[in-house]
Amino acid sequence: MQNLKLIVWREFITRVRKRSFILGTLLAPLGLLVYFLVIIGLSSYSGGGELKVAVLDEADMLGPIPDDKGVHYIPAADRSLDELKKAVEDGTYNGILRIPALGNMQQKNLTVFYYSDKKLPPEKSEFIEDRIEEKLRDFKIDSLGIDRRNLDVLDTKVAIDPEKLDGSEDDQSQYTAAVGLAIGGIMAFVMFFMVLMYGQMVMRSVMEEKTNRIVEVMMSSVKPFELMLGKILGVGAVGLTQVLSWTVLSTLVTLLVPMIMDIDPQQLQQSAPAGAGAAQINPEEAQAEGLRIFAELSKQNWGLIAFAFTIFFLGGYFIYSSLFAAIGSAMSDDMGEGQALTLPVTLPIVLAFYITAFAGIRNPDSGLMVFTSLFPLFSPIAMPFRMAFDPPWWQVALSLVLVVAAAVFFVWLAGRIYRVGILMYGKKVTLREIGKWMLWK
Amino acid sequence: MNILRLEQVVKTYGSYRAVNDVTFDIPKGVVFGMLGPNGAGKTSLIRIITSITKADSGRIWLDGEPLNSQHPEQIGYMPEERGLYKKMKVGEQLTYLARLKGLTAAQARESLSYWFKRLDIVDWWEKKVDELSKGMQQKVQFVATVLHKPKLLILDEPFSGLDPINAQLIESEIRELARQGTSIIFSTHRMEQVEEMCRHVVLINKGQNVLEGEVKNIKAEFKQNHFLLDVDGELPADFAEHFAVVSRDEMGTVVHLPSGHGGNELLSWCIDRKITVRHFEELLPTFNEIFIRRVQETQ
Repeated sequence: MQNLKLIVWREFITRVRKRSFILGTLLAPLGLLVYFLVIIGLSSYSGGGELKVAVLDEADMLGPIPDDKGVHYIPAADRSLDELKKAVEDGTYNGILRIPALGNMQQKNLTVFYYSDKKLPPEKSEFIEDRIEEKLRDFKIDSLGIDRRNLDVLDTKVAIDPEKLDGSEDDQSQYTAAVGLAIGGIMAFVMFFMVLMYGQMVMRSVMEEKTNRIVEVMMSSVKPFELMLGKILGVGAVGLTQVLSWTVLSTLVTLLVPMIMDIDPQQLQQSAPAGAGAAQINPEEAQAEGLRIFAELSKQNWGLIAFAFTIFFLGGYFIYSSLFAAIGSAMSDDMGEGQALTLPVTLPIVLAFYITAFAGIRNPDSGLMVFTSLFPLFSPIAMPFRMAFDPPWWQVALSLVLVVAAAVFFVWLAGRIYRVGILMYGKKVTLREIGKWMLWK
Repeated sequence: MNILRLEQVVKTYGSYRAVNDVTFDIPKGVVFGMLGPNGAGKTSLIRIITSITKADSGRIWLDGEPLNSQHPEQIGYMPEERGLYKKMKVGEQLTYLARLKGLTAAQARESLSYWFKRLDIVDWWEKKVDELSKGMQQKVQFVATVLHKPKLLILDEPFSGLDPINAQLIESEIRELARQGTSIIFSTHRMEQVEEMCRHVVLINKGQNVLEGEVKNIKAEFKQNHFLLDVDGELPADFAEHFAVVSRDEMGTVVHLPSGHGGNELLSWCIDRKITVRHFEELLPTFNEIFIRRVQETQ
């Protein structure tokens, strides 16, 4: 036990002290910060300064247009196009917007002309189009004598609200699925990434000891199983430290960015690239939406999710890192053979991730997903994903039991391979031989 | 009293029998040679003694007790293939290895400062292993083997890859440890080294103990009554009528005497004839010869 502690500590401290670890741990959130700053900087970038536009509204439909997003609209219906062109050449205006008359109220398309020697930036062009469309809509409403209040009640927003048959507990809403998808997706991805990355770190560490030949010295002091387990635990602790640091630092960064940039989040949303209908959502509605998502998030059983995630994480990590350790012990100095031996270990992880990503998103309760979330080689990735969709509790419990049992089994199995492989030098090893080692006394 | 006793030890890897029913004793406080060609099973035996692997069958006692999980702390083992953590600093690494052998941090520091001073490597403490030359690494490796004051020291080919200066240094350290009472197993395929260092040996071939005992007894047992004689001038022509000449070269003449006859007969024959003897010695077989003869006999 004393030796195990020493091994775990060495594995942990030698990695955590490494420059690459410190940089990686600090730089990732810093990278996030830079990314945020760049995105914000780009989106609030006004797209090439102010634009003064003379508006030649030939049918006098629009009325005055307020300045908006760096575009100044100057009414110029009283002047001729030629006069205005001269004014553009003088530099009084940047361009002229000529708005022809609508043929009739049923006309659904209108071409507006922009006169200038300089090209109108696409973003500005979009702003101007939006403005004129709004104004034309107002014009049509007034011309047709429609009551605005009636107009507002025309649109009805529809949302499906899932209810339990017994009408009890857990009031789900339309956001449940979306929020579940996000939580499940993030957990599945983190799991996939961590298991693969730290599993391979364990493998490299085992190989390093073998090729360094320190392993025989170590074996004369500690049991092979102790060394392997110490390595798995030590590297696991490094992984947890890194994830924890990233979580804390990223949270700090997300909190700090608005402070540094002195940006009010509301404003941020409006100045975000005006793509799809984002700009159409009015602030109150956006806030309400945010509240509902927040409500949904707080409705999740975080205690249970955290508990299950931890168990699945540890289970998945133990299963795969012990398999990687076994494979690492079997490899000789020649890295070339690595692929053939690691493939059987990486394949299930990748498979679990793909099944979850493709089948899980479509239907988290399909037969395939139920199997995937129970099978211990897959469940560490698949079950945390399903957890967000409220699977039957017995499936979660069964999956937890299976993953813990499998972790114990695989660590034991890997120990049997490791103790033989680690002292085996100078020959290429096949999977068949590894299989035989398990049976050696 | 024996430091180690092996009784009918067997170890197989798959279908390959690496150690085949080996029995021998290692007396306390001696340098004990374990001889055998490459692949004879020496390393397999050592791994069993150091508890790295388990024997399939047979019994082993260390210092009178059946081998148990506390024993690795009392053994120091330097494998033939040396190995250290390349990226770790020397001091930190040796402290780690010492603590794995059951020393407390303070004991480790004390033992290390003794060895660092003794081998004159005090300023290496903060150096990383891969900054050291190969010879320097060998010294560190040696310290790693002895720093916990083992009762039994097992050195597998300790001189392989050592330059003459380091080889001599390590040799004198080994002798000093032996003098202080440490029992040492010296495993090698270089038979001539054994004759210089060991009082007892065991010969291993194909996983079996083919010969064991005290060096001088073995040599006596295998001696062929050959004598080397070198004289001033030529030996008289009738010499060959009295003695069986085995060979003749610039070193002298090798003579075989029938069993029951001693070297004095040869000497007195020379003195009687007023022949000046310049060099005379009984030729004892080298371990190489003994080994080859023994292997041929057993086959």
